[in-house]
Amino acid sequence: MAVRVQEADFDLAAEMAALRGGRTDIGAMVSFTGLVRGASKAGAIDEMTLEHYPGMTEKALEAIEAEAQARWNLQACLIIHRYGRLTPGEQIVLVITASPHRGDAFAAAEFLMDYLKSRAPFWKCEGSGAGAQWVDARETDEEALERWHIEG
Amino acid sequence: MDILYFAWVRERIGTPRETVSTEAATVADLVEELRGREERYAVAFSDLSAIRVAVDQELAELDAPLAGAREVAFFPPMTGG
Repeated sequence: MAVRVQEADFDLAAEMAALRGGRTDIGAMVSFTGLVRGASKAGAIDEMTLEHYPGMTEKALEAIEAEAQARWNLQACLIIHRYGRLTPGEQIVLVITASPHRGDAFAAAEFLMDYLKSRAPFWKCEGSGAGAQWVDARETDEEALERWHIEG
Repeated sequence: MDILYFAWVRERIGTPRETVSTEAATVADLVEELRGREERYAVAFSDLSAIRVAVDQELAELDAPLAGAREVAFFPPMTGG
């Protein structure tokens, strides 16, 4: 179980292999990769800068990872979240879950993403020719949390 | 006590971090105190529904007590992922 907050990019295949290691008891691995889109409602984006709260970010991600472990039968879990200046097409976030069967791996991966979108202290700022704009939190993100019965 | 600001709260207040001496009993009391200091604080804290708070790196409500707290952070709703 691990959490990494970093500026550097990550390699999905390498992370999957490292997490699996030499184990033969894992039956399912699910991964989610979040990417920077080249456009928002306001138009084209040249870059996205992610700010975070060092210290609290790691604690928040570790807390939700622990919550996922308590809810599902996870054999391994990894969260990588980048910060700093990113450009469209770049990877932002990676979640990998491993379990004996796919149901737990799928559910835990979705739970981890829903949670970290609005409970881990990251803020996105989109930059374009028109200037820089902080991204608004979406109500749909809060709604996504409600189905896991997490209160605001 | 250290006070941290992030994202547009940081931009409106003009600093990422400052140390203040305060007798504020709760987060809400601290906000009132800051609002009275200078216009930039009043602007940043004009709509508290758009502000989230952490006390010692744990999410907290406006009525959270500050006794013993070392670090308070103010920021907009989070937009990670």
